[in-house]
Amino acid sequence: MTTSSNKTAIRAEGLTKRFGTLVAVDGLNLEVAPGEAFALVGPDGAGKTTTMRMLCGIMDPDGGRAEVLGFDTVKESERLKEHIGYMPQRFGLYDDLTVAENIRFYADIYGVSKAEREARLPELLGFSNLTSFQDRLAANLSGGMRQKLGLTCALIHTPRLLFLDEPTFGVDPVSRREFWAILYQLLGTGMSIFLTTAYMDEAERAHRIALMHRGRLLIDDTLEAIKEKFQGELLEIHALDLHAAKRALADHPLAKQVLARGDRLLVTVDSAAAALKPFEIILQGAGLSGARLDKVEPGLEDLFVQMVQQEGG
Amino acid sequence: MNFGRTWAIFRKELIHIRRDIRSLIQIILLPIMLMMLYGYALTFDIKHVPTAIYDQEQSRVSAEFIRRFQGSEYFKVSRFLSSYGEIDHLLTTRQVQLVLVLPFDFSRPLKKKGTTKVQVLVDGTDANTANIILGYVQAVIGVYNQNVVTERLDRQGLGYVKVPVTTESRFWFNEDLESVNYIVPGLIAVIMTMVGALLTALTVVREVERGSMESLMSTPLKKAELLLGKMAPYFVIGMVDMLITIAMGQFLFGVPQRGSFLLLIGLSALFLIATLAHGLLISVTSENQLQAYQMAMLTTFLPAFLISGFVFSIYLMPWPLQAMSFLVPARYLVTITKGIYLKGLGLKVLWPDMLMLMGASVLFMSLALKKFVKKIR
Repeated sequence: MTTSSNKTAIRAEGLTKRFGTLVAVDGLNLEVAPGEAFALVGPDGAGKTTTMRMLCGIMDPDGGRAEVLGFDTVKESERLKEHIGYMPQRFGLYDDLTVAENIRFYADIYGVSKAEREARLPELLGFSNLTSFQDRLAANLSGGMRQKLGLTCALIHTPRLLFLDEPTFGVDPVSRREFWAILYQLLGTGMSIFLTTAYMDEAERAHRIALMHRGRLLIDDTLEAIKEKFQGELLEIHALDLHAAKRALADHPLAKQVLARGDRLLVTVDSAAAALKPFEIILQGAGLSGARLDKVEPGLEDLFVQMVQQEGG
Repeated sequence: MNFGRTWAIFRKELIHIRRDIRSLIQIILLPIMLMMLYGYALTFDIKHVPTAIYDQEQSRVSAEFIRRFQGSEYFKVSRFLSSYGEIDHLLTTRQVQLVLVLPFDFSRPLKKKGTTKVQVLVDGTDANTANIILGYVQAVIGVYNQNVVTERLDRQGLGYVKVPVTTESRFWFNEDLESVNYIVPGLIAVIMTMVGALLTALTVVREVERGSMESLMSTPLKKAELLLGKMAPYFVIGMVDMLITIAMGQFLFGVPQRGSFLLLIGLSALFLIATLAHGLLISVTSENQLQAYQMAMLTTFLPAFLISGFVFSIYLMPWPLQAMSFLVPARYLVTITKGIYLKGLGLKVLWPDMLMLMGASVLFMSLALKKFVKKIR
């Protein structure tokens, strides 16, 4: 083990992967500290899964290199695999095996002794609430329970670093909250977590966040630092007729960007205080007198949209 | 190699097999059905040829001639005709394959000139069968002629005539030339080639299709551990199939077993390893289960059937086919089963085939290991 592993859990330098003419991951640099929860955020097709596969040593990069826990992901991939837990989007559960049999299988594969396994199982099953389902076939588990079983299997050998690829995709909100409660417990034990997600609110739970778009990182920082990168201020507008409100404000010189999101309109301005009055007048003129305007704190998604826009323009 | 991880794969596969009883029953029934089908259908013995006779003369001499055919187990005289018109219908509808026509003056020329003629009509659709039937007819007539000639010479007081060369033929190893005796040993090899490859052809590609392969790749599991762990349970099932086919050959088809039973089992096990490894090679190179299944069928059954020496002699084939046959493990098992069953041979003679089976096992296994990449591309 090299000394660098004590300082960084993951270090990638110029990591690149091509599929034909498509550059899925384009010269990626990133660093993850031990004990950190790191979220890689981006839309589908941004290159998140490809990045994770390369970091787990199950896909070779076309360029650049990565060191995970001090192991080179290409030359030392087999040794690396003993120390990581990886949960792909579809974890490899066997539907015709019971919960206990699935866990036993992964324990045996990782060379976890019977004594170790039995010492660890109550804890793992306990926080995943799977204790009473041990004899149930994996095929008969709900989405949330499958996810927790997958996590249990990926944790059976007490890895030092856990990779989670869109771990709560398609999982109900309650299960998602429970899932995160488990992850916080794991972080408490000193484990590092690297996860990908398309949900901004999920990413906000991590210590550090990287925004990925078309194979490249747009930004990589803590949530607070990222939010400060937002240029301007954000106004939220509720109106009965959102389309009319959008039409009315779209060409206004103070409105730098107008976006409809759900039942509201988000308008980026340089100064909320300066824009409030002129916007109210315009909306009234458009017959939208009931419209409500509030200044809001920009979220991760707002920043992401802004950065993608700047990138494209 | 880590025994614990191999054992983990082995245990997991056993659970898959146990939870999927229908597939298990299928893979046990398949060789039984194939043995029955081919064992009974693939016979080259022609007996009881359905025969019609149109005896126009209806004399004592013609009746005596006809009796020769009625007394032979090769013919089954089922119809006596009274007109030419019936012949065409009987042959086209395949009610008979042979028609003998004895003319109105069958016996007269025989008495006067010493020779007469019989018309023989054979269904020539299947040329091989037609030739064999014609051969039988000539043999029966040959015996008849000899009797008549001997009788005449007897009457002239020349009862004892010396023939320059007579043949004393005996068939070795399959004394009665029963085709079942050489078909069944070869059949075991052909069927087990297919069953063996089918057993393992789906096992690896199934993990890819299910998505569990990605998880396995992220673990310290070695390629050899995975392949061996997957092969082991199917070896057990394959040996059960092998014993069933051998038992069927002995008890159902009554094939004589002259060599060592233990040697037969040992070499069969070696053969099974080669064909299971062949299945694994197919599995790691296929993209989905359907493709693997088709490849397994295509690359096992036809070569095993056609270029293993099972039915067609390899040394009569053009050289490219002969060269290809070296890559067909069934070829060695056909030699081995025929050798042990019919000739009672031991390793003293069969060792080259044993070595070739070992070579095939090593070849297929190392190709499977090489082609199987523990990475996503």
